[in-house]
Amino acid sequence: MSAGLQIRGVSYTYGPKAALSDISFAVPAGRFCALLGPNGAGKSTLFNLLTRLLVPPSGQIMVAGHDLAKVPGLALAAMGVVFQQPTFDPELSVRRNLLFFAALHGLAGREAAARIDAALERLAMRERAGERARDLNGGHRRRMEIARALIHRPQFLLLDEPTVGLDAASRRSVTDHVHALAADGMTVLWATHLTDEVAPDDQLVILHQGRVLADGTARDIAGPDGLTPTFLALTGGEA
Amino acid sequence: MSARLIALRAILLREALRFTQQRSRFIAALVRPLVWLFVFAAGFRAALGLSITPPYQTYITYETYILPGLCGMICLFNGMQSSLSLVYDREMGAMRLLLTSPLPRWWLLFAKLIAGAVVAVLQCVAFLGIAAIYGIRLPLVGYLAILPAILIAALMLGALGLLLSSRIRQLENFAGVMNFVIFPVFFLSSALYPLWKMREAGPLLADLCALNPFTQAVELIRFAAYGQANLPALGWTVLAFVLFAALGVRGYDPGRGLTKSKG
Repeated sequence: MSAGLQIRGVSYTYGPKAALSDISFAVPAGRFCALLGPNGAGKSTLFNLLTRLLVPPSGQIMVAGHDLAKVPGLALAAMGVVFQQPTFDPELSVRRNLLFFAALHGLAGREAAARIDAALERLAMRERAGERARDLNGGHRRRMEIARALIHRPQFLLLDEPTVGLDAASRRSVTDHVHALAADGMTVLWATHLTDEVAPDDQLVILHQGRVLADGTARDIAGPDGLTPTFLALTGGEA
Repeated sequence: MSARLIALRAILLREALRFTQQRSRFIAALVRPLVWLFVFAAGFRAALGLSITPPYQTYITYETYILPGLCGMICLFNGMQSSLSLVYDREMGAMRLLLTSPLPRWWLLFAKLIAGAVVAVLQCVAFLGIAAIYGIRLPLVGYLAILPAILIAALMLGALGLLLSSRIRQLENFAGVMNFVIFPVFFLSSALYPLWKMREAGPLLADLCALNPFTQAVELIRFAAYGQANLPALGWTVLAFVLFAALGVRGYDPGRGLTKSKG
């Protein structure tokens, strides 16, 4: 059984409009993969397919060795997701938000509490456990959502433009935290349209108009010109 | 405790917490039927003569007649409110958390239905309490028997809300649907007037009322309020619940595409 993520021949259309055309790429276990694409490239559609909010009419998605179409429960259990839009209850405390999520994964009691403490500790958020989610700043909210995505100990972490709306310091902090998770063995797929969130050693998949334009190490794809000019040249300057 | 029960408990507790936190929602849910009871019914008392029909064994006041219908109204509005919050949660993203849980989707949606129905029961209990203080009372056994009947009715109407929410793509479309659902469902029922009275007005109207699952739910509550089981009403209400819930869960099938394209 192979870990990581494999996407083979996945397409998706909204009516006559093709959002994704024959997408194939793989992220090896323990790798940080940046999915880079301008707005409208198909990143969110791909995330909806990966989280089974949509089902592809063709192709195959394997998550941590589990076929998402055949055993969705196992595939989703192996996956931690941070959505682009906030998905927490602002009136509840950080801990209560995380407890609710833990319960959706069948975790309760001392085990849930211990995992929540560990996840918050990992994201340096433990001292904020009692705060109401509404009172957190944007960066802390994102870190709370990343901590939440770790509670059930996933092997694969999906983040859909998680730094949208954050200031530069928070953006750096969130990006660093997730890179650190990948360094510890977590497989990460990080969707973004910002080239400065991609580290030279990251795997990079460039998505444009529903197609994969490049797949390799960011350093190799960037070449001597650097990533931003290369990305703009590949996508016709639509960054 | 199994993973499914843990999730069910969490969804129930969350709904109960929301219910206690949103005091205005609770008050609105109570004021609506109380206005009907204390204003509308008082005005109609003289105008509407009621004969003795089961489950009533004697002449009753109009307030007594509409009490079960107003419990149904609470369940109807609660079901629609849950439906609205489902559409809102889906548009705002909170629903994604639920839908990406590894637990079966039908179970999570069922848990949402149960949570909503329990809230409706609590609202009805408060409403019946106020009505009792005002002097509109049920037999003692009715206060016990009515609870499961209200729960079943609330589940059926919650399932109708689930079905509607699965068909509505945007919040803006919701107001129109509410008008086309709540008003016909409520007025084409036995909540405010008995079916025989409706038949005097027109057989077609009476038939439409009889076919309305809300009528069956109200009659289930009405008979239960007097310690009696109306088995046909129970059967139709359960059947409508199963049908609405199945279609609603089908509407949340990812293969049918719930989320909009965002790029």
